[in-house]
Amino acid sequence: MTAGVVVLFFCAYLLWGTGSYTARRQAELREGFRAALPAFTAPLAPEIHPARLPAWFRRGDALALLRIPRFGDDYEYAVVEGVGWDELRTGPGHYPGTALPGEVGNFVLSGHRTTYAAPFNRLGELRRGDEIVVETRQAGYVYRVTGERVVDPGQTDVIAPVPGMPGRRPTKAVITLSTCHPEYSAAQRLIVFGELERREDRRG
Amino acid sequence: MYGWLWRSLPGPLVVRALTAVMLAGATAAFLWFVVFPWIEPRLPLDPAFPER
Repeated sequence: MTAGVVVLFFCAYLLWGTGSYTARRQAELREGFRAALPAFTAPLAPEIHPARLPAWFRRGDALALLRIPRFGDDYEYAVVEGVGWDELRTGPGHYPGTALPGEVGNFVLSGHRTTYAAPFNRLGELRRGDEIVVETRQAGYVYRVTGERVVDPGQTDVIAPVPGMPGRRPTKAVITLSTCHPEYSAAQRLIVFGELERREDRRG
Repeated sequence: MYGWLWRSLPGPLVVRALTAVMLAGATAAFLWFVVFPWIEPRLPLDPAFPER
């Protein structure tokens, strides 16, 4: 009896306790990101295309805001640099070394499916053509979903610069979102692919 | 276990009930804020990223 209650209580902790930590950290990250935004008064110079990271940037810092309109107007997460345990419990993480938003190559994000506010819980609901908006310090990048796949955890070619084709030189800017699958399990990974459609300059 | 605990609590019924509630609350808080955060990263739950 006691063990059962403790296990149930632990499940409640996983769903709500871990989420409250993430919610707190996300609020700080988003606020910090907005506070550090440069105030542009004119469109950016046309040669600045991909996002760039400031010199002070460290692992765990927010590099962009992620919005997915299908998940509602409130859906906004600060994306942090790094996919270690410490980073992912603050929000979706960017795989270090993969492309930056808007850059030719693969911008790879990972996020929790069930714990720590579960930013990628509803990834399976995305449909081809859905918008994925990534707002960086320089600009907003609008990707559109092109497809999804369920892969084994060891199948890392999905994060290659050209997803599924390691070694190939990229010619397009794509985005890859990854989370675990099925829910409450670590057996597989759900992967959603998208392609950059347009870039919107930040205006002051 | 709970029978023994209940019998060994001192005082009249009201005091005993209050003590029991406080004990339960303290145990819950200890689990929630100390034990669970310690144990959670050690369980292979919800790994979000492909392995390298």
